[in-house]
Amino acid sequence: MKIANKKVTAERLVKDALAKAKHFADYNIFTYLNEEGALKRAREIDARIARGEKVGRLAGVPYALKDNFLSPEGETTASAHILQGFTAPITATAVKKLEDEGAIMIGRTNLDAFAHGSSTENSYFGPTLNAYDRERVAGGSSGGSAVAVALDIVEFATGTDTGGSIRQPASFNGVYGLKPTYGCVSRYGVVAMASSTDCIGFFTKTPEDMDLLMSVASGRDPKDLTTLDDYYNVSSNAESDDSRAFATTGAIDEASPVTTGASEEANEASDSCVRIGIIKEFDNDSVDKEIRNALKHKCELLKSKGHEIVELEMPALKYALAAYYIIVPAEVASNLSRYDGVRYGFRSENSEDLDALYSNTRDEGFMPENKRRIMIGNFVLSSGFYDAYFLKAAKARTLIVKEYEKAFKQCDYILTPVAPNPAFKLGEKVNDPVAMYLEDVMSVPLNLAGVPGLTIPAGKTKTGLPIGLQLVGPRRSDKSLIEFSKELQEDD
Amino acid sequence: MKYVPTIGIECHVQLCTKTKLFSEVDNDARGKEPNSCVSPVDYALPGMLPRLNGEAIRYAIRAGRAMNCKINAFSRFDRKHYFYPDSPKGYQITQFYAPIIGEGYVELPSGTKIRIEHAHLEGDAGKLTHFSDYSLVDLNRVDTPLIEIVSMPDIHSAKDAHDYCKELWRLMRFAGVTYGDLYNGNMRFDVNISLAPEGSSELGTRAEVKNLNSFRSVERAVEYEIKRQTRVLESGKKVVQETRGWSDADGKTTGQRSKEEAKDYRYMPEPDLPPINLSAEFIKTESAKLPLMPSDYRVKFKDTIKADILEILLDYPELMNKLNEMDQSEHDFPGHASPRPVVTGEARSFSVVTSERSRKVCSRLVLIANLFTSVLLAEEKSAEYLNDLPSAKDLNELAEMNEKKELSSTATKEVFLRLFGPQMKGHGARQIAKELGVIQENDLGALEKIVDAVLAKPETQKAQADFKAGEEKVIGFLVGQVMKESKGKANPSAVQEILREKLS
Repeated sequence: MKIANKKVTAERLVKDALAKAKHFADYNIFTYLNEEGALKRAREIDARIARGEKVGRLAGVPYALKDNFLSPEGETTASAHILQGFTAPITATAVKKLEDEGAIMIGRTNLDAFAHGSSTENSYFGPTLNAYDRERVAGGSSGGSAVAVALDIVEFATGTDTGGSIRQPASFNGVYGLKPTYGCVSRYGVVAMASSTDCIGFFTKTPEDMDLLMSVASGRDPKDLTTLDDYYNVSSNAESDDSRAFATTGAIDEASPVTTGASEEANEASDSCVRIGIIKEFDNDSVDKEIRNALKHKCELLKSKGHEIVELEMPALKYALAAYYIIVPAEVASNLSRYDGVRYGFRSENSEDLDALYSNTRDEGFMPENKRRIMIGNFVLSSGFYDAYFLKAAKARTLIVKEYEKAFKQCDYILTPVAPNPAFKLGEKVNDPVAMYLEDVMSVPLNLAGVPGLTIPAGKTKTGLPIGLQLVGPRRSDKSLIEFSKELQEDD
Repeated sequence: MKYVPTIGIECHVQLCTKTKLFSEVDNDARGKEPNSCVSPVDYALPGMLPRLNGEAIRYAIRAGRAMNCKINAFSRFDRKHYFYPDSPKGYQITQFYAPIIGEGYVELPSGTKIRIEHAHLEGDAGKLTHFSDYSLVDLNRVDTPLIEIVSMPDIHSAKDAHDYCKELWRLMRFAGVTYGDLYNGNMRFDVNISLAPEGSSELGTRAEVKNLNSFRSVERAVEYEIKRQTRVLESGKKVVQETRGWSDADGKTTGQRSKEEAKDYRYMPEPDLPPINLSAEFIKTESAKLPLMPSDYRVKFKDTIKADILEILLDYPELMNKLNEMDQSEHDFPGHASPRPVVTGEARSFSVVTSERSRKVCSRLVLIANLFTSVLLAEEKSAEYLNDLPSAKDLNELAEMNEKKELSSTATKEVFLRLFGPQMKGHGARQIAKELGVIQENDLGALEKIVDAVLAKPETQKAQADFKAGEEKVIGFLVGQVMKESKGKANPSAVQEILREKLS
C-alpha cells in the first residue's frame, strides 16, 4: 500500500481517497465522511515527516472504518436507527492501534444494521451496491468496507465477521478479506453482535497488506479477556493457551470445555509440499458451477506447484448452520438488550410509561432482521427450551470444533468456496430469510470453530462477477495462512 | 394442628473491593455524586466488555472460607436478563450454573449449624428513586461486587433466622470483605418461609419476603409469616407461592407478584468472560489470609471473657482483633510465651488461654474487654473511635498500671478514654496518667513516711487511741488524713495496711 513519505504526502493520499469516495457516492458506501478530521491528521503526519520525525508503519494510509467500530470521529451507528445520534466517547482498541501507526480514517462504512445480514440490505441507510454490478448486492454485513476497497477508494477497510461478514462481501467484490482466529484481535469498542463468534478483520488488495495490518492490530488486550496472547508477531508459538479464551465462549459443552493440544498448533509450512483439504460435502449442485470450477482450477494450480490435494469428509459441518442460527441469535438478543432508549441513541417519543418506552423504542429503532434474531434468541434461551435448543447447539458446536481438529491432522489448510453463489441481485432474497441464511452455510462453521479464514480472489464468472474462495487454517495459523495464499495468486 | 416452619435465607453481601467487579472505577460511592462512579462498561456503552476484578475473587474465597465452604476451582459467569433502568446492560452478570463458593455451614452462637448450599459472585444493580411522574436513575452501585449466599432450609424459628443473619454479618465483617453497613444496604436478606404439619416429611408452599435490611426485620417478618401462614392453613386454604414485601412501619408482609407470572431470566453463559480456574495453591494462599472468626474467638476466650460480654464484642471485629493483638504481643508478658496449642488449621491457629498461661494475661484482657463494652461503646463517638483504636501496647500498659494498683478504677477509665481523645492520643497510658496526676503512690517506704507524719500530728492522737481501744471505724478517718497528706495519690488499701500494722 502507498504510505506517506517525502514524495507522496498524506494530505495527497487522503484528498484522493475523499475525492474517490465522493465520486462513488451513489454506491452508498459511507455512512459518514471524515473530511475535516482526516485532513487534519494528514497534515499532522506530513509535518512530522517534514521534520524528519519517526512516523508509523501506516503513516498517512487512508482507510475506511466499518460503522460498528467506536471512535469519537462521527456517530457510531452500526447502520441502526436505534444508535442514531450516538458519538462514542472512547476508541476501539483496533482503531487505536491502526491510528497509532498513522492510518487515517476517511469515512465510516455501511453495514447490515448491527451486522445482521449477508447483503447490506438490512441497513437503516439502504443497501450498498456491488462494485462490479450495481444491480447486485455488495454482500454483507461489511458491504460498505468491501466495496470501498474494491473500488480502490481506500487502501484497506476494517470489518467484523460473525458468520462470514468479511469473507462473503470480500468474495462478492474481488478483494482479500480475513477473519482471523477468534481472540486474535481485540473486540473492545466494537458493537457486539455475537460475543463468542465475533472477529475483527480487514479487507485489502494484497496478502502483504493483510499481513502488515494483522501485525499492527493483533494481540492481547486487557480490555478484552477473550483475546489470545500476542502470537501473531511471534515466529514460533511454542506456548498455546487457546483453551483460556476459547473454552469460555459459553457455547461449548459444559462438561468438556474445549482444550486444544499440539495438533491444533499452526503447522509450519516449511515443507515445500503443503496438503490442501477439499471438503467433499461442499462439492454438490447447490454450489454454483462456475465457483466449483474456480475451486478445481485452483487445486490444479496447487498441484502443479507440487502441493497435495486431500479430500476431506466433514459430516459434522452439516449441523453448523443450524447451530449457528441458535447460538448467534441467543447472543444477539442478549447483546442488544442494552439498546433501550434510556441512556443513549434513539428514544421513541410519547411513551406513556416505562414498558411503552422500551417497546416503542425497540420497535421503531430495530430493523426487521434485528427483531427476527432477537425473537429467535429469546425463544431458544427461554426456560424449558434452553436444553432443547441452546445447549444442543452448544454440543453441536463442540462436534464442529473437533471436526476441524481432525481435519487439520490430515491437511495443512482447507480450500472451500466462501458462498454457494456469486453476488445476487438486490431484493432477490430480502423476503426469504432462510434463503439468505443459506448464503452462510460455508462461512459459519469457521466462526463456530474459531479458526481463521481468508477470502482470496479467484477469477470472475462469465458475466464478470468476482469469485472468491476461502483458505482455512487451524487456530493461530493466521500468519502462515496469509503467506500461503500467495501460492494461489495468478495473473488475471 | 401444630406447624413447623422451614426457612431458607438468601443474603446479598456488597464486597468492599477498591474497584468494581467488571471495571476499574471506584467501588466506594459513599458520599459521592450520583452517577459519578460509572465506567463505560458499567454504563453499557456499545462494544464494552467486562473485565474481571481479581480482588473480588480473593474476597469471595475469604468469604467462602469464613463460612467453612468449599471453594470451587472452576467457576464461571452467566447472564440473567431483564429490562429495567437499574440494569444498563439489560442483564446481570451472575454465576447461575457454576458458582465459586460451594457447600459449607455457619455455626450460630447457640451451636446450631446452618448449612450453606452455595454462594456466587455477581454484579449489583443501580438504584432508582421514584417521584410522582418521573424516576431518577443512579448507576453508582452498578456492578459493585456482590456475593449471594444461599442457605439450606435448615432454619426453623424466627430467632434462628435472626441469629443466622447476624452471624453472617459478623463473619463477613471479620473476614473483612464488606463494610457491613446495613442501613446503606451493604447486606440484604431474602427469606423463604413455609409451614408443614409437624411430622410431615414434605415441605409446604413457600412465600419469599424480599429485601430485608436488618436482623430485627428478618425476625419480625418471619414471626409475621408464621402467624399468617398458620391462619391460612388453619382456615383450610392454601399458601400461595409468591414474593412478599415487608413494611417495617406496619409490621406486615404484603403480596407483590406471584411466581406464576415470574420473569423468565433467559440465563445464558457469559461469552465475554473466560471461566475462573483457581489453582489449589492460590486457594490455599487466599484462605490463609482469613483472620480469626467469631467461632474461633468463642473457643479462644471461653474461659477468659464472659459469654455475654464476648457476644457484644463479637459485633465489633476491630475490638476483637485488638484484644487478640494484646494477647499476642508477648514481649509485654515476659515469661509467658508458653507453647500455643493449635485449635484449627494453620491459617487460623491460635492459642487457648490455658492454666499454664498467666492469669495476668487473662485479667488484662478481661479489664480491657470490660472497658470496651462499658466505657467505649457507651461513648457517643464510639463508631469513630473504632476505626482508630489505641495500640495494643498502650492498652497493655494501661491494664498493667491498673493491675499494679497504680490507677484506681476511676482513673483507669479516665486514662482509657484519653487514649482515644484527640489531645493525648499517642502519648501512652503512663504519660497520660502522669499528665492527669492520677498515679497512686504505692511506694511503701514513701507511704510509711507520710503515715508516720500523720500519726505524729496532734489532731490524730484521739483517733489512734480510739482505734487501739477497738473502735474499728475510725481507721477510715486516719486513711483519709493520709490521703489528704499525699494529695490523693496514695493507694488507700496500702495505706490502711500500713496503719493497721503501726497501730497494732
